[in-house]
Amino acid sequence: MKHEPDARGHFGPYGGRYVAETLMPALIELEQAYRKAMKDPAFNKLFHAILRDYVGRPSPLYLAERLTKAYGGARLYLKREDLNHTGAHKINNTIGQALLARRMGKTRLMAETGAGQHGVATATAAALFGMECEVFMGTEDIRRQAPNVQRMQFLGATVHPVHSGTATLKDAMSEAMRAWVARVDDTFYVIGSVAGPHPYPSMVRAFQSVIGTEARAQILEKTGCLPNMVIACVGGGSNAAGIFSAFLDDTKVRLVGVEAAGFGIRTGKHAASIGAGRIGILHGAKSYLLQDDDGQVQNAHSVSAGLDYPGVGPQHAHWADSARVKYCSITDTEALRAFDDLTRLEGILPALESSHALAEAKKRARKLGARATIVINLSGRGDKDLDNIMAYKQKHRKQ
Amino acid sequence: MNRITHTFQTLRMQGRKALIGYLTVGDPNLKTSERNIRLALASGLDILELGVPFSDPTADGPSIQAAGQRALASGVNLKQILAMAARLRRTSKVPMILFSYANPLFRYGYDALCRDAARAGLDGFLVVDLPFEESAELRVPMKRHGLLFIQLIAPTTSPERARRLLAEADGFVYYILVKGVTGTRKRIVFDTKKNIDRLRTCTALPIAAGFGISDGEQARAAARHADAVVVGSALVEAARAGRLAKLVRELATAVHKA
Repeated sequence: MKHEPDARGHFGPYGGRYVAETLMPALIELEQAYRKAMKDPAFNKLFHAILRDYVGRPSPLYLAERLTKAYGGARLYLKREDLNHTGAHKINNTIGQALLARRMGKTRLMAETGAGQHGVATATAAALFGMECEVFMGTEDIRRQAPNVQRMQFLGATVHPVHSGTATLKDAMSEAMRAWVARVDDTFYVIGSVAGPHPYPSMVRAFQSVIGTEARAQILEKTGCLPNMVIACVGGGSNAAGIFSAFLDDTKVRLVGVEAAGFGIRTGKHAASIGAGRIGILHGAKSYLLQDDDGQVQNAHSVSAGLDYPGVGPQHAHWADSARVKYCSITDTEALRAFDDLTRLEGILPALESSHALAEAKKRARKLGARATIVINLSGRGDKDLDNIMAYKQKHRKQ
Repeated sequence: MNRITHTFQTLRMQGRKALIGYLTVGDPNLKTSERNIRLALASGLDILELGVPFSDPTADGPSIQAAGQRALASGVNLKQILAMAARLRRTSKVPMILFSYANPLFRYGYDALCRDAARAGLDGFLVVDLPFEESAELRVPMKRHGLLFIQLIAPTTSPERARRLLAEADGFVYYILVKGVTGTRKRIVFDTKKNIDRLRTCTALPIAAGFGISDGEQARAAARHADAVVVGSALVEAARAGRLAKLVRELATAVHKA
């Protein structure tokens, strides 16, 4: 199976570059700079040195014994991206893109953020490289992820509240694209997921592929064989693309992407673009999209701000069609239960995003049996979610 | 001959420049919007752009974003927009261009859309987020139905790229005056002359200049170098304020005399 897109960024019928002409030259310039950088040993050496000494890589692969016992089946290994500097996998990508921005002579970074993890990671990279940073964030997300807003501000970033639409990640990304058009000469747009126009989906996956490369070597070292299954949550899909990328050719390893089912797929209040969306065009790419019959984008819903997006990276759409990756979904309630499980049994507070992957593992562990192993990408830590979880629990206690 | 091409030929023979006006269809509802559009046509528009509202208008500034939100809240969809175009066509010969983001068109289905748009009397499409590289899928059925795909050129487009894009263009070229989203600007730094002169070396098609123009003075300045001037956000705002006819007359006078 081919893992790279065609020359114009298409993964089968998906991907491409659906942007205003004003941005096309910038995307072409970015693609050329990116290709050149990836072929440059010095760039790769520097990238990996920063990942090691600053981010703290490699992140451990941890056998969660008490969780394994509780879920009653397959041995559960957690890829501890929550232990990265800034608390999530997002930093792998922002270091890569900020290095590329510096190579290209750009002095400003700009980003959209949902949960705030990508915003914090971009602001961190900007601080590290002495660059200006602007972050666009929906007011609804600012409310539910307040600690991350403060972190970005401490790091020197300007946070622009976005009021339009649902005031979540989708609207933040629209506003970031508008702002980029106006400052395309000196500004590098750091997209946080494997979404957006070419080359972002393949570039972000490449920077995140370190997760999969490490995890594959670690599981082989620990168990002597490949895992039966790898599970990761999917909003735009960067942590999933990063961990899956190393296992794509290991056809016996089942890859499972977990979308957010919110209140349940049947309620219409969810974020399962692959599970319940149709092909459409948004934010620069063709992919699965939550939309109505008139092609208007519908609001996503998830308790997790990082999964609350009506689209999905184009390569995930392609993997779904080819059945290389199986996609399923987990409700808010199931994710919160998995959050409790990991917190109480292992003393690890997972991000609500990652809790979706844990909840899926809970469903599958028994069936796979005690001799099987599952690698779960624990993409981030849950500290940012505590207020939100508390509020959710209070609201639903009586129900 | 397509009405767009015919209009530019006629105007060129008369030594006149064209005023192109944009209005979001359905803002604030279908009925008021149709009345506004007829008013604008009667006040001197040479070419009409019918804006299809979209939930995520990434190339638009606050005015057209808000117009789109109002239109969507009123429940307007592409089918109704095509029906309105057909009604307008019964009484007007002015060229009409559907101005849209890709997704509403894609969801409608490109083949069905081209058939229905041609039947309604539309003359071309302008799709903001469908660059040349992704446009073949739409251009093929458009051509079959005699519709013109209007190519956008930005200040960031290199002459080499412009030449390549315009080799297959038709009707006119839409030159984006500013790096940024749509919307009125108090002061535009017009590199208009230099940029449009440069663009002339890439194409023989008429050149329309747009983005940021809001009054007669700016329109006149742009029309001195371009063959047509596009005004959008300012018309949307004027329609809200009940001074649409006055603004269109002011712009038309400025453009036609330039």
